[in-house]
Amino acid sequence: MTSQSRLAWLMNDVAGRRLMALILAVIIILPVLNLWVPKDSFFHVSSYTIGLLGKYLCYALLALAVDLIWGYCGILSLGHGAFFALGGYAMGMYMMRQIGDRGVYGNPLLPDFMVFLNWQELPWYWYGFDNFFFAMVMVALAPGILAFVFGWLAFRSRVTGVYLSIITQAMTYALMLAFFRNDMGFGGNNGLTDFKDLLGFSLQKDTTKVALFVCSGVALILGYLLCRYVVSSKLGRVLVSIRDAESRTRFIGYRVEHYKLFVFVLSAMLAGVAGALYVPQVGIINPGEFSPINSIEIIIWVAVGGRGFLYGAIIGAVLVNYGKTFFTGAFPEIWLFMLGGLFVVSTLFLPQGVVGIVQQWKDKRAEKKALQAGASGEVAS
Amino acid sequence: MIKQYWGVLLVLFSCLLSGLYASPAWAEDAEAGASLESLLSELTSSSFNKKAKAVEAIAALDDERVLPVLEAMLAGDLFYRKSDDKIVFTASAESGYQITDALTAEDLGAVGKREVKKISTNNRLRKQLRTQIAGYKLLSKKAEIRLAAADDLIKTPSPEFLEVLQGAIKKEKDNSVLKALKVARAVILLQSDNEVDRIQAVKDMDGFANKHTMAMLTALVQQNEDGSYVESSELVREEATSVLKGLKAMETWYKFVEDLFFGFSLGSVLLLAAVGLAITFGVMGVINMAHGEMIMLGAYTTYVIQLIMPNQIGASLIVAVPAAFLVSGLMGVIIERTVIRHLYGRPLETLLATFGISLILQQLVRSVFSPLNRSVITPDWMSGSWELNGFLSLTYNRLYIIIFALMVLFGLMLLLKKSFFGLQMRAVTQNRSMASSMGIRTGWVDAMTFGLGSGIAGIAGVALSQLTNVGPNLGQSYIIDSFLVVVFGGVGNLWGTFVAAMGLGIANKFVEPMAGAVLAKILILVFIILFIQRRPRGLFAIKGRFVEG
Repeated sequence: MTSQSRLAWLMNDVAGRRLMALILAVIIILPVLNLWVPKDSFFHVSSYTIGLLGKYLCYALLALAVDLIWGYCGILSLGHGAFFALGGYAMGMYMMRQIGDRGVYGNPLLPDFMVFLNWQELPWYWYGFDNFFFAMVMVALAPGILAFVFGWLAFRSRVTGVYLSIITQAMTYALMLAFFRNDMGFGGNNGLTDFKDLLGFSLQKDTTKVALFVCSGVALILGYLLCRYVVSSKLGRVLVSIRDAESRTRFIGYRVEHYKLFVFVLSAMLAGVAGALYVPQVGIINPGEFSPINSIEIIIWVAVGGRGFLYGAIIGAVLVNYGKTFFTGAFPEIWLFMLGGLFVVSTLFLPQGVVGIVQQWKDKRAEKKALQAGASGEVAS
Repeated sequence: MIKQYWGVLLVLFSCLLSGLYASPAWAEDAEAGASLESLLSELTSSSFNKKAKAVEAIAALDDERVLPVLEAMLAGDLFYRKSDDKIVFTASAESGYQITDALTAEDLGAVGKREVKKISTNNRLRKQLRTQIAGYKLLSKKAEIRLAAADDLIKTPSPEFLEVLQGAIKKEKDNSVLKALKVARAVILLQSDNEVDRIQAVKDMDGFANKHTMAMLTALVQQNEDGSYVESSELVREEATSVLKGLKAMETWYKFVEDLFFGFSLGSVLLLAAVGLAITFGVMGVINMAHGEMIMLGAYTTYVIQLIMPNQIGASLIVAVPAAFLVSGLMGVIIERTVIRHLYGRPLETLLATFGISLILQQLVRSVFSPLNRSVITPDWMSGSWELNGFLSLTYNRLYIIIFALMVLFGLMLLLKKSFFGLQMRAVTQNRSMASSMGIRTGWVDAMTFGLGSGIAGIAGVALSQLTNVGPNLGQSYIIDSFLVVVFGGVGNLWGTFVAAMGLGIANKFVEPMAGAVLAKILILVFIILFIQRRPRGLFAIKGRFVEG
């Protein structure tokens, strides 16, 4: 009994459980189909597909992070791409250091772009990134610290709603400009690229790609469980009440800014992890990831999937990105029309996204059933 | 032609009057004209001595037509027609020359190469001509010609003009021209062997803003490689050092003024971009992410107007302003009626929907025009610069943009504060239901207000098309700045928008030299982010009950 109530947060979430099971199945079955099924077989899954799906899984984790703050706390961050990119840069820095003397210039200490810029020594903020565990800590810590400082300043002075959205956008814009500068020591315009291996495994190998894909899936599942746990806890209830009536929550006696800050930092860290998994799979990280439009695109994934369901964000991210891959390939002209149309349609007609539609349809059916049951019951009596 | 008749009439009239008055001015003019004619005919002579004498006599005449003749002769464009020895200006045309009468400026049509003969010059004559022209210019009746002549002499000092200059200085009454003439003389005298002359020259240079003289003075106080000074006399060096100090202070001051001007012009650009947003966001509370695309539409309207009227580029800009207002305004009304109307009170959803619209508009422009930048031509009256002195010149396009931005701002303020529509608009924003029950059609007012804000953005696009590239991404680059300006200034307050735009523009220009353009921008962004933390509702926040609404 006690174990059941302790796990109630998981038991009550039927749709989420099903989705997690699906993801689990995908990350078990697809690698098998990719690695052990012969290439000419109908059931073979190409490495391209694996890479693509791995990317979608990272995006899904990012969308999850955004849904956690937007769907449950009402914080519309237009700068979450910045946290994603910071995590990606931390991972990229580790992999840059891993290149060692195999770079074009063969310098064992300095990455190629620094040699190119005539730098003599490694900047202090690059120290430690040759260590995998330090780099992994930074993947979460760098976005976390930025989110903490930014959130602490913003929430303490009660910057809310649209104003917060605009300054988060300004934040990612400023970071983009900063990372574009060569002087920053992050590779400037070109960013970090030419990665060779990760923990000694070559990034070119199919097995490494599959491993990264599986890691992304596992990270997504863990991230989902964490988010679900948070929103189902008492803290989650407070978050929802902040979303719906911030002043009232404050007057009841909750320190609203503390709750917001906690969830904002958590979300930023999740985004950072997503970025770190994303970079080795695409092989490059550049300042373009900071551009405000990327951050806004994340919002649309969540909006299309359905805000405030968590699993909706995952569905939305995969759906929209699949659409993007398909349309930019088939009709590149149309994609921006489609994306723009999605923004308009989803806000006008789908306030709860795809998940909301399914929910509505289910509710209606249940209502009908109840009516029918009621009617037959009356006849019987 | 008409001028000619007037001339004849005047001569007749003056003959008539000459009996009544002792020395009528017109008669003198007629006489001078006659003598210019006779002197010109002497130029056809083949003897260079005769020509030299004629040139000297011509230069002594007080006549507007002298200068063109001398300059054409120096340039080798002065010819005479073999048939009647008429002196003409020539410009090369297809197989021959296009000729103009040197006396009457009458167009005599095209002639073959053999019909005219060049009035030849030799080295001595050309040198004489140069001196005569300089002298003539220096003694010209028009102050600006004298000033231009002095400036020329400062740029290319030639000792042979010293006497002419001395004469001009004695006669000069206009103070600013006198100063320029003295500096022109000083530039020559600086090479003199006489120490007193050099000291006087340095003194004359004091307080005259010119980069050439400054460079000369700087060179004067420098040391040679062996440690000796370029200028041997210590007195001259001392004088030069003190004069240079004054000039440097002047240069710093004008640099400051120039920075201020650049800051204002940047601020004006921000103001233009943001002022429409101050209406849609500030007054209506609608987050219009497609605002940048309204600016873009305005810029493309300018481009299209120029395509339609390629021969009147100067006027096209004037036509483009109302056209851009209509195009962007209409688009704004359509967006308001179809999308935003359904989203009032849900600012975050509005933000997303309008962002979607901005993507659609961008792609639309990309599909219709091309993803590449289009070039919009700058009309003549906007190019060039206004040179105030040697240290300060203000470019016209920036000057006009400042004026234009202020006009737009004040026009908008008048509309909001003084017109009936403005009254309705303010009523609806302050208390929608009350305004509605007073009989104001709130829906209509919403649409018009949004159209107004978008239209103003379109006008901004016309101005921006003169400064930046017109491309599909034009709007995107201004949207974040615009929002920051509006938020920084305080929502719903046009004065706040003005102060914020100018403040940010000037701050940007003054931080730029210290930190570089990109870093300056980043610093400003960080500053605004921090500022919003301190004062979440901007510089000039509205106070009162409806703030939270």
